[in-house]
Amino acid sequence: MSAIGIGAAVRRKEDQRFITGRGHYTDDINRPGQAAIYFIRSPHAHARIKTINKSAAAGMPGVAGIFTGTEFAQDKLGNLICGWTVLSKDGSPMKMAPHAALAAGKANHVGDAVAVVIADTLAQAKDAAEKVKVEYEVLAAVVDPAKAAANGAPLIHEVAPNNTIYNWHLGDPAATDAAFRNASHVTALEFVNNRLVPNAMEPRAALAEYDAASGSLTLWNASQNPHVARLVISAFVGMAPENKLRVVAPDVGGGFGSKIFIYPEEVVCLWAARKLNRPVKWTAERSESFITDAHGRDHVTKAQMAFDGEGKIVGLKVHTIANLGAYMSTFSSAVPTFLYATLLSGQYEIPHIYCEVDAVYTNTVPVDAYRGAGRPEAAYVVERLVEVSARELGIDPAVLREKNFVKKFPYQTSVASLYDAGDFNASLQKALQIHDYKGFAKRRRESERNGKLRGIGFASYIEACGVAPSSLVGQLGAGVGLWESAEVRVNPTGSVEVLTGCHAHGQGHETTFAQLVADRLGIAIDQVNVLHGDTDIVQFGMGTYGSRSGAVGMSAIVKALDKVEAKAKKIAAHLLEAAEADIVFKDGKFTVAGTDKSAAWGEVALGAYVAHKFPTSEIEPGLKESSFYDPTNFTFPAGCHICEVEVDPDTGEAAVVGWTAVDDFGTVVNPMIVEGQVHGGVAQGVGQALLEHTVYDDKGQLITGSYMDYAMPRADNLPDFKVDMTVTRCPSNPLGIKGCGEAGAIAAPAAVMNAVTDALGTEAIDMPATPASVWAALQRTNKLPRAA
Amino acid sequence: MYAFTFHRPQTLRQAVGLLAKNEEAKLLAGGHTLLPTMKLRLAGPPQLVDLSLVDGLSGIELRGRSLSIGAMTRHNDVNTSPVVHEAIPALAKLAGLIGDPAVRHMGTIGGSIANNDPNADYPAACLGLGATIITNKRRIKADDFFTGMFSTALEPAEIITKVSFPIPKKAAYQKFKNQASRFALVGVFVSKRGSDIRLAVTGAGANGVFRVPSFEEALKTRFSPKSLEGMSIPADGMNSDIHGSAEYRAHLVGVLARRAVAEAIGK
Amino acid sequence: MAAVSLTVNGKPVTADVDSRTLLVQLLREQLRLTGTHVGCDTSQCGACVVHVNGRAVKSCTILALQLEGANVLTIEGLAPADGPLHPMQEAFRENHGLQCGYCTPGMIMTAVDMVRRKGHDLDDHTIREELEGNICRCTGYHNIVKAIAAGARAMRHGATAAAAE
Repeated sequence: MSAIGIGAAVRRKEDQRFITGRGHYTDDINRPGQAAIYFIRSPHAHARIKTINKSAAAGMPGVAGIFTGTEFAQDKLGNLICGWTVLSKDGSPMKMAPHAALAAGKANHVGDAVAVVIADTLAQAKDAAEKVKVEYEVLAAVVDPAKAAANGAPLIHEVAPNNTIYNWHLGDPAATDAAFRNASHVTALEFVNNRLVPNAMEPRAALAEYDAASGSLTLWNASQNPHVARLVISAFVGMAPENKLRVVAPDVGGGFGSKIFIYPEEVVCLWAARKLNRPVKWTAERSESFITDAHGRDHVTKAQMAFDGEGKIVGLKVHTIANLGAYMSTFSSAVPTFLYATLLSGQYEIPHIYCEVDAVYTNTVPVDAYRGAGRPEAAYVVERLVEVSARELGIDPAVLREKNFVKKFPYQTSVASLYDAGDFNASLQKALQIHDYKGFAKRRRESERNGKLRGIGFASYIEACGVAPSSLVGQLGAGVGLWESAEVRVNPTGSVEVLTGCHAHGQGHETTFAQLVADRLGIAIDQVNVLHGDTDIVQFGMGTYGSRSGAVGMSAIVKALDKVEAKAKKIAAHLLEAAEADIVFKDGKFTVAGTDKSAAWGEVALGAYVAHKFPTSEIEPGLKESSFYDPTNFTFPAGCHICEVEVDPDTGEAAVVGWTAVDDFGTVVNPMIVEGQVHGGVAQGVGQALLEHTVYDDKGQLITGSYMDYAMPRADNLPDFKVDMTVTRCPSNPLGIKGCGEAGAIAAPAAVMNAVTDALGTEAIDMPATPASVWAALQRTNKLPRAA
Repeated sequence: MYAFTFHRPQTLRQAVGLLAKNEEAKLLAGGHTLLPTMKLRLAGPPQLVDLSLVDGLSGIELRGRSLSIGAMTRHNDVNTSPVVHEAIPALAKLAGLIGDPAVRHMGTIGGSIANNDPNADYPAACLGLGATIITNKRRIKADDFFTGMFSTALEPAEIITKVSFPIPKKAAYQKFKNQASRFALVGVFVSKRGSDIRLAVTGAGANGVFRVPSFEEALKTRFSPKSLEGMSIPADGMNSDIHGSAEYRAHLVGVLARRAVAEAIGK
Repeated sequence: MAAVSLTVNGKPVTADVDSRTLLVQLLREQLRLTGTHVGCDTSQCGACVVHVNGRAVKSCTILALQLEGANVLTIEGLAPADGPLHPMQEAFRENHGLQCGYCTPGMIMTAVDMVRRKGHDLDDHTIREELEGNICRCTGYHNIVKAIAAGARAMRHGATAAAAE
């Protein structure tokens, strides 16, 4: 390993601007003549918009324009779409309801925008917005996904009877039933996978500008995939031809999925900027983020796991109701189906699995991918069931897992996924050792002496990342391919620009991608610039989510580097007057095998542009290559996390007192960054398990609409993490990378809840295990003396 | 925020005058409740009267057997004051549990008490220590000052100037934080001064801070957590919301009361 | 509109502001110091923390007009633009105490204030408690805690060096 190459903990190049306050986020950008836009949002979860009277507002100071959903509709732009078609059991397509960027006719969730005010300043826009009178006819709302499909539930969209989007399934029901009939033990659980609000610290923002001379629009947008945003806004919404729309995602302050999607606000900003011929900027306030950023999770699940007499799993049955909210967000349909059910085999050999998923509309904020997206929900189902089964069977949970692990690869699961490589037991055993599992009984006794309850919980999770093989996802209904692009531009002096279709919003691509290139070309890391996030600079790409940038994005760079090296060798052969086949490239130097003749990287780069010494009829001048890499399989990061909690039975407070993570991410490019990803993922998972509670009342008002009521993980909620790795290379991509971004969030909820329920001695508690709910659970068990 | 006129009086008399002239004017002390409320347009006072330049409103002073804290004294200054640490360490600790460090640099005792947020900490200290709230007009006993959620005995154009705390022999504050807001889900302040035993609860009550006479009586026999064993208060009148049921809050009052007494006697 | 005069990062500034202008708006929108961020509207996240007269405050919860004559230090002024980084900035980089960078300026300003109040030997427990008013969604705080402990130690050496000059 070199000091900067793959495996080196190189400090991040991007940090200089962030630690000095010179980052460049969307709201930091200002354009001449810019106006502020304010969205007037429905205060009701479900309401007919009867009239909108803007006359009192129109003349207010600074007001440049006031537009309603009806006016927006008159311009005949397209709707926002969900780009992944899922079919129901009967073959019928999902029931995608129209989603206009500004609601006209009916508002379907609190926060649904019905009109906008554009003014010189935001304060003026807000002042005027208060004078816009919207008359609503309030309709009954449905919020609870378990009640959405019931007879008599308020109907949200005409196209979706019973508010049902699809009834989807995967697996063989008859064979699974048969396996259950022959089982000697069945563990059954019901649980809610709680709805989460993503809460990237940078609120979403959009700044749109119209250039009347060229008829083109520019959008600066806090986005995880500006290229797809451009495609959707151009091809589906029809805002402007692709070549007349530039989308720039500058520094983006966290995404976690929530900034993948195409939202109404960026569409409306573009539309208003052109209408007024004036730049228009919107930045969400946090309270606005709570009611407009796509939420995550929100499953209601019943699941059963069947065992034979030897403690081997013989079957799994899962029924899930997935709440997709008021509209189908960009990738919403795929999350509780292809990103969920396909992972229900976990790390185990489960011969028969059957999963049914009913997706429903409710009068709530749309739900879509949030860190892990379907896979945390799957891991929660599997790992809670395995842990509870171990308790019911009286087997050590580590032993039960080991007994059932997939041990031979490749392994074809009964839910379509083909696991290509892994060593699940290695992660488990290493975690047990690091965590001092054997010492737990002693630690528990010590806690009990102090009047506390102690519990330990495991999560041996697996995920599918490296999204995704294009033809495969095409067969599954995806509207796009999920390859990635790269371009390596060598400058005449030998420095390099790498263009990628990935987008970094905290992941450190400017460093890790540069490590790969600098190491390969034998140049200093400072000589490599990574460019991304601007559709004028990078032609196309699929963005960053699903832990895909290493496995897919870097693979594309490797392919482009291969081409660069091949061409450079040709040029070097001419410069060195040797046969191309004799040229060896190593450590930034081209040498002629068996001689001492050599040319430095910089000489060859310059030679490529000077173009004096090779026949340009055979070799084009310049040194710049691009590639599109399409993965051949998903990648399968997996690992074992162990959580230890201590519960104060008097207050119900559960404190995470120990955390061990042993993950197998395949090749690790930068361990410092990878460990940071694990820390952050675990924190979000602990947040889901212990803190983050998204509560709607039955009228559809979001009760937890700010940090006053929605508990974000703070530093004192979390322990120091012990993070370690095992490595099996991913066989399907050139670097052997599996991906690391979501693992912590996938493993953590199950690990925490397994620990909490171990401490409490009851399984009857859902996330988040808040002090109040833990205390209530303890009152129900009566196993413990009521707090004295 | 709605537009407003900003005033920065130099004297208490000017401040009172501004309040008297403008019925809807609001005082700006630390601003950490008022400004967020105004930002969300939940409040829109046409005039804002900033007290930060008014002479004589801040400072900490020990006078005989009582500790006097100026209304504009910041939480951080109470938290770190050697005088407060010596006189009423429980009060210093309480101040250090309010908000976060940056909030404590701005928030003031007068602002906190005048606002009487049902989940705020200082009202528990005032009631639990038997403080006297001193205004430009009069002295008000804490028992008479807190009249309900977000409501106090303050009259229009009345400004708190200082709070006087009698120095207890023993005192402690126990706070169980709401995990989201970090305000008190329940906070219990207990003190003993001669035979005067006071136990005040914030966060739990549907009507703001309150005393628990039954606990106080039990502690008069013996000032020990044992005296409160098995005791609880009825869930009636407790807040109930997504952060905790009335039963849970009532239960926490007992738990925290015992812990506070244990802390007060150094156990 | 009213005029307010204050010192920002060592430079005198006079600005015309609406009475409802918050310090963070003055900094970001008028002075174009965009390193100070806004992450919430309930004064909880700490992305906007700056120093006013040497103390950490939330610039989203103070009016510009309250700052007449005040001395404001933002992340941009913590170290000279062309000079070495402040030891706390360096510690955040060295310990990977940031990912997306959005909460980072507030974290660093809070950390520097923490050292002023709590000294150079900060244990993890103290740091975690002191970070109650700063929310990070990326890092899980693990490396922020390490960074602040290291930065606090480094600031002692920095202070010694400065005092020796």
